[in-house]
Amino acid sequence: MANFSFFIEVLVGGLLSGIMYSLVALGFVLIYKASGVFNFAQGAMVLFAVLSFVGIMELGLPFWAALPVAIGLMVLVGMATERFVLRPLVSQSEDTLLMATIGLTFVIEGAAQLAWGVDVRNLDLGIRDEPIIWVMDKTGMLISQLDIMAGIVATIMVVSLALLFSRTKVGRGLRAVADDHTAALSIGIPLKHIWMLVWATAGVVALVAGMLWGARSGVQFALVWVALKALPVLIIGGFTSVPGVIVAGLLVGASEKLVEVYFGPMFGGGVEVWFPYVMAVLFLLIRPEGLFGEKIIRRV
Amino acid sequence: MFYREAGQFRTSYAQDSQIFPLRQDRLGMTIILLIAVLIPFGANAYWLSAILIPWLILSLVALGQNILMGYAGQLSLGSAGFMAVGAFACYNFILRVPDIPFVVAVVLSGICAAMVGIVFGLPSLRIRGLYLAVATLASQFFIVWSLDKFGWFKNYDPAGVITAQKIIILGHEFVSPREKYWVVLAIVVVLALLAKNMARGSVGRGWMAVRDMDVAAEVMGLSLLRTKLQAFAISSFYCGVGGALYAFAYLQTVEPSAFTIDLSFRILFMVIIGGLGTIMGSFMGAGFILLMPIFLNILFHSIFGKSVDASVISAVEQVVFGVMIIMFLIFEPLGLARLWQLTKERLRLWPFKH
Repeated sequence: MANFSFFIEVLVGGLLSGIMYSLVALGFVLIYKASGVFNFAQGAMVLFAVLSFVGIMELGLPFWAALPVAIGLMVLVGMATERFVLRPLVSQSEDTLLMATIGLTFVIEGAAQLAWGVDVRNLDLGIRDEPIIWVMDKTGMLISQLDIMAGIVATIMVVSLALLFSRTKVGRGLRAVADDHTAALSIGIPLKHIWMLVWATAGVVALVAGMLWGARSGVQFALVWVALKALPVLIIGGFTSVPGVIVAGLLVGASEKLVEVYFGPMFGGGVEVWFPYVMAVLFLLIRPEGLFGEKIIRRV
Repeated sequence: MFYREAGQFRTSYAQDSQIFPLRQDRLGMTIILLIAVLIPFGANAYWLSAILIPWLILSLVALGQNILMGYAGQLSLGSAGFMAVGAFACYNFILRVPDIPFVVAVVLSGICAAMVGIVFGLPSLRIRGLYLAVATLASQFFIVWSLDKFGWFKNYDPAGVITAQKIIILGHEFVSPREKYWVVLAIVVVLALLAKNMARGSVGRGWMAVRDMDVAAEVMGLSLLRTKLQAFAISSFYCGVGGALYAFAYLQTVEPSAFTIDLSFRILFMVIIGGLGTIMGSFMGAGFILLMPIFLNILFHSIFGKSVDASVISAVEQVVFGVMIIMFLIFEPLGLARLWQLTKERLRLWPFKH
């Protein structure tokens, strides 16, 4: 029984950290869906967002005042990216755009470091990273409040984004742009506005992801590496699917923790560094478009 | 006027298929090689061991990355991983095989890297572009992790680092920076000429066909399996040899975590800034990326004195790297090599513009 509850504990912990991966991956999907750009810089944006948020709070602003400022900053970053990086590179190949966003990663990370320094900071959201007492009493399992909170926030974001995509006029515009830029432009959908909106939304998603991560493990540069975990999540889920990245995030989070706990000791640990990637590669060999991705059809 | 091919006739097959058909190129190459060979007599130990040796080595690695990315069009973010394979393989060959000649060990470690490269190149048969980039990240993380976790690779060193053995060729020990430089130079020149020949021969044409449109290349009877894996193997071979030299002629003591994803990105930047699909670009890009931080350092110290924090400089360096990449992609996607090409065209007409 103790074994079983330990298993559940690891599983739940993994699932909940998977939700965090999903949140980062969600930013990727948004941008990819609307503009066909694979935004490698999403991880750096997560870092930049939360560093700025904490930095602004340190300047003396209270939580609720710092939040809109940080959001505004991320919107600005998104708009600047759209204006100075993507617009000049429009209609270039996907590989070129990927390399440009790798460059962007360097710029954002460097800028974050210049603006806010390299110290590890704490972020207190008012939710403790402590086990919930009554769950512990009843079942003996340690499940953190923060993880539960992260799960709830992620669910709210996904549902609202799904609603945005499917129910609103803006969402319809987004889907039209994703299908065909030129056609969307020719029927009067304001392409620039849509792109800016998407980048801004991605910035906000990055901020939320960063705040949850930061509250758990401190606001520091290691967040970039955590964000790299979002890549295999994306591959497994499929680039264009919001539910896909959620399922894939859970899958990656749970399996990496389980593998680490049960098989890691055989190799001296650290398996979770590469396991998601190898899983993604194996997955690609079987189903290249991911779980819920669109099938890629190539013509000569 | 300086770069005119008029009057240079090719009258035999041998002349038609030589590497440098223009007299100016041949002359230029000879001069560059002469300078490269003689430079240790003029340069001090710092220049040799901190700039020239790493420049040559990183050029070799960039060349490997360029073969894969520029010629064969396979996006890869794992080159530092293959360097690590080369470095650790070379260490183990010299450690475990008695009396193995250094050059043989280097070549064998290149072959080891090539084999690992083939394994990690397998996904390229089913996927491309972004997906492949993520798949190559798997190689990066997996290789560094396994070198770190399995003590055998490091001869069970408690600190987790290896100390490269002495470079001994034909009974002579290469100790001073000057001697090491010559060893590196010889290997790099041979491999660069080899790459140049591969790129302009049928092998290279196959790569470029795959890069430009792999489905079309397949329809024309090219074996995708063979061409892609060949590109992965040869590219990893170059990275592996580069890694071995990196450990033996440059760093001496190496740990697996020296070969981070950051190094992979730097190598990627060298290729982009130097010029995709050019041999010379690899050398120019490596030089540029290597000299940039040094230049920034000097600049900062001359402006602000000694008061600048090292972390500030490294942050500025990062921003500058990123901005350069984006600017090159926007304004000169063909890189520094393209600028040289434009210069040559100017020189052809000089002093007249048209």
